Amino acid sequence: MTLDLPLIWAGLIATAVLLYVLLDGFDLGVGILFPFARSPADRDVMMDSIAPVWDGNETWLVLGGGGLFAAFPFAYAALTPALYIPILLMLMALILRGVAFEFRLRGRRRGKAFWTAAFAGGSLTAAFAQGLVLGGFIQGVRLQDRAFAGGAFDWLTPYSLLVATGLAVGYALLGATWLIWRTADELHGHARRWARIAAVAVAGLLAAVSVATLLVHPRVAQRWGFADGAFDLARLGPLLVIPALGAVGLAVLAWGLARRSHAGPFVGAVLVFLSGYLGLAVGFFPNIVPYDMSFRQAASADNALALMLGGVVLLLPAILAYTVWVYWVFRGKVGADAGYH
Amino acid sequence: MDFDALLLSRLQFAFTIAFHIIFPSFTIGLASYFAVLEGLWLATRNETFKTLYLFWIKIFALSFGMGVVSGVVMSYELGTNWSVFSAKASPVIGPLFAFEVLAAFFLEASFLGVMLFGWKKVGPRLHFAASVLVAFGTLTSAFWIISANSWMQHPSGFVTLADGSLRAVDWFKVIFSPTFPERLAHMVLAAYLTTALVVAAASAWRLLKRPEEAESCMALRMAIGMCVIVAPLQLLVGDLSGKEVLRVQPAKLAAIEAFWETRREQPFHIAAWPDRKTEANRWEISIPRLGSLITAGDARAEIKGLKAFAPQDRPPVAVVFWAFRVMVGLGVAMIGLGLWGAWLCWRRAGPATSPLFLRAAVAMGPAGFVAVICGWIVAEVGRQPYVIYGVLRTADAVSPVAAGPVSVSLLAFMALYAVVFSVGGLYILRLIAEGPVAGAAEPAPGLQRAPGSALAAAPQEPEEGR
Repeated sequence: MTLDLPLIWAGLIATAVLLYVLLDGFDLGVGILFPFARSPADRDVMMDSIAPVWDGNETWLVLGGGGLFAAFPFAYAALTPALYIPILLMLMALILRGVAFEFRLRGRRRGKAFWTAAFAGGSLTAAFAQGLVLGGFIQGVRLQDRAFAGGAFDWLTPYSLLVATGLAVGYALLGATWLIWRTADELHGHARRWARIAAVAVAGLLAAVSVATLLVHPRVAQRWGFADGAFDLARLGPLLVIPALGAVGLAVLAWGLARRSHAGPFVGAVLVFLSGYLGLAVGFFPNIVPYDMSFRQAASADNALALMLGGVVLLLPAILAYTVWVYWVFRGKVGADAGYH
Repeated sequence: MDFDALLLSRLQFAFTIAFHIIFPSFTIGLASYFAVLEGLWLATRNETFKTLYLFWIKIFALSFGMGVVSGVVMSYELGTNWSVFSAKASPVIGPLFAFEVLAAFFLEASFLGVMLFGWKKVGPRLHFAASVLVAFGTLTSAFWIISANSWMQHPSGFVTLADGSLRAVDWFKVIFSPTFPERLAHMVLAAYLTTALVVAAASAWRLLKRPEEAESCMALRMAIGMCVIVAPLQLLVGDLSGKEVLRVQPAKLAAIEAFWETRREQPFHIAAWPDRKTEANRWEISIPRLGSLITAGDARAEIKGLKAFAPQDRPPVAVVFWAFRVMVGLGVAMIGLGLWGAWLCWRRAGPATSPLFLRAAVAMGPAGFVAVICGWIVAEVGRQPYVIYGVLRTADAVSPVAAGPVSVSLLAFMALYAVVFSVGGLYILRLIAEGPVAGAAEPAPGLQRAPGSALAAAPQEPEEGR
């Protein structure tokens, strides 16, 4: 039996990106919510709730980039120059918010205020830039001989701006539901309010992005069974599971918020993200650079993929195990004494 | 080929990686230091070790954070700016990068959280295990990235297919390319030496003010111990590495030594002003025959000069020549400092009693960073005009991006790094000035500063300015 290595790797990269979006999503979301906190003490608790795990979360982004480089070098070589500006914007924003975790503790009056603002601004900018990357990706990249052949601002369209807004608000929802789960007292109450507002906004933006994607990209619409004013129920039917998953997610979220559940809203938000992720993937799979390069065309040599798969089989279970363990160590509500300083 | 985008991309990569390398070269050493400190604390229950651990962990957290975020940049810059390189090199060295992420980055990032925030959440043994795993992670990371770099310096274990793409045929030879063992040893020793010098400088600074501070005295002795063993070892390993360069990259060696003519009994230039236009040194201060002796181990050996290579195949000379001299000069100074410190430890009441030595140790604090960056310049600039030596020229590796966005991103990086890394440096210096005892004390809840610290009298500012 021979393994379909490119397919396995497509699945692995997709999983890494999904894990990144969910994990760094909630900690970027906490940063986006920073300006809405009522007191410096609340902000300290918000940061303490993510401080032990943010670095591990961001490592999935490195795996996404490094994995794409290693497994699908032609996709990496085509996409990263095409999205040069939003990617570099994201990297710089991640620097600002990443150092803020420690710098905020070390700054005095003005320093602390600056790094508080840098954490909030960096988180929002990183989320928005990732949305621009996503939007630019979905609307497609112009290629010639497997290399990027477009302009520096091809990614900048009303559509990508809409997607970026959607992603930033989505992260805020993940962040708010995380805080509901992990904080107590007043902050917990504020987080519920933030989550309610974000949930409504996300539902609206998710619908808007879905419609915009179908309208702007005929090829995607075709995938979903919409073509020439008619629609193909046989195509659409099985795919309806995806919007149904989103509806279930929103229902869990609403139910969790109404019943004052602690972990329920986070689970609901994760389901909504999963639905959005799958929904977009249906639009471009098996392309890895929409809409001219399939994951097979982009794949690295089989011997490299095989070697790396060996590494993954050995290491990924351990990574997942100790990641879960770290989250377990830091489980429960975050108190005022969570810092190490 | 757009030359401007190429030049800007080179500048940007050099700038971002030069700033990045500062942090790993410090945190690799510190991570091992923590494993040792915590192990000693568990074994002896001497609180001095724990105080030192809790003090340096804050500096580690600042440095590691800066290292992580400046490192994430690298994993995307390979594509945004060097997409042709990426597409070409990935089938061979892609797995090396992937293994670095899988085997090292996750380990470091996950257990760093436990190290920093887990003191009250896990038992002392488990916490020690976390420290050891982080130290192991930093070394694993060095292993894979130096493996990839060594392959780019001297590629082996691959073939070039008819369409020009590369394929690995022997993974062992790819991972353990011929120059890899010396390079890895050189980098890890450099990291240990850099850390030892910073720890020595910080402790010496404290001892100049409070000669009786036991923690600083202990840390200084440990740093001297590291320095006196590692600095001479580094000279040895560096020499081995140089011999490898002579064997596999003769053009780089000629640039390092500013040899223009191919001849026997090459002189050693202590200082020179190499000029590529005239293909000679404008002036030089030399010792006859020593050049051949140092580089080849035989004063009569024939060593190739730069003129043996076509002008378009020669690396820049002056920068490589001088970077090498600064690195070696600092290395010799480190050996001297280590021996001096060891002699003081052995002879008298200890190094803390010699203000002259303490001042010298403070002055040598940044020497490790300077030497690392100079070494990196020798290795990477000396490899030019190739990015994969003999296989792919740097000029052919650049992404199809315009000069405009690259110049904007380069300027943005410079502004951002100027703010982030100078503020980070300031915070680290502030912590060092506070010292281990005040710095390691656990403050009462809600209190940001330890009582008794230099700043305890300053207002606490419970409200941050909005």
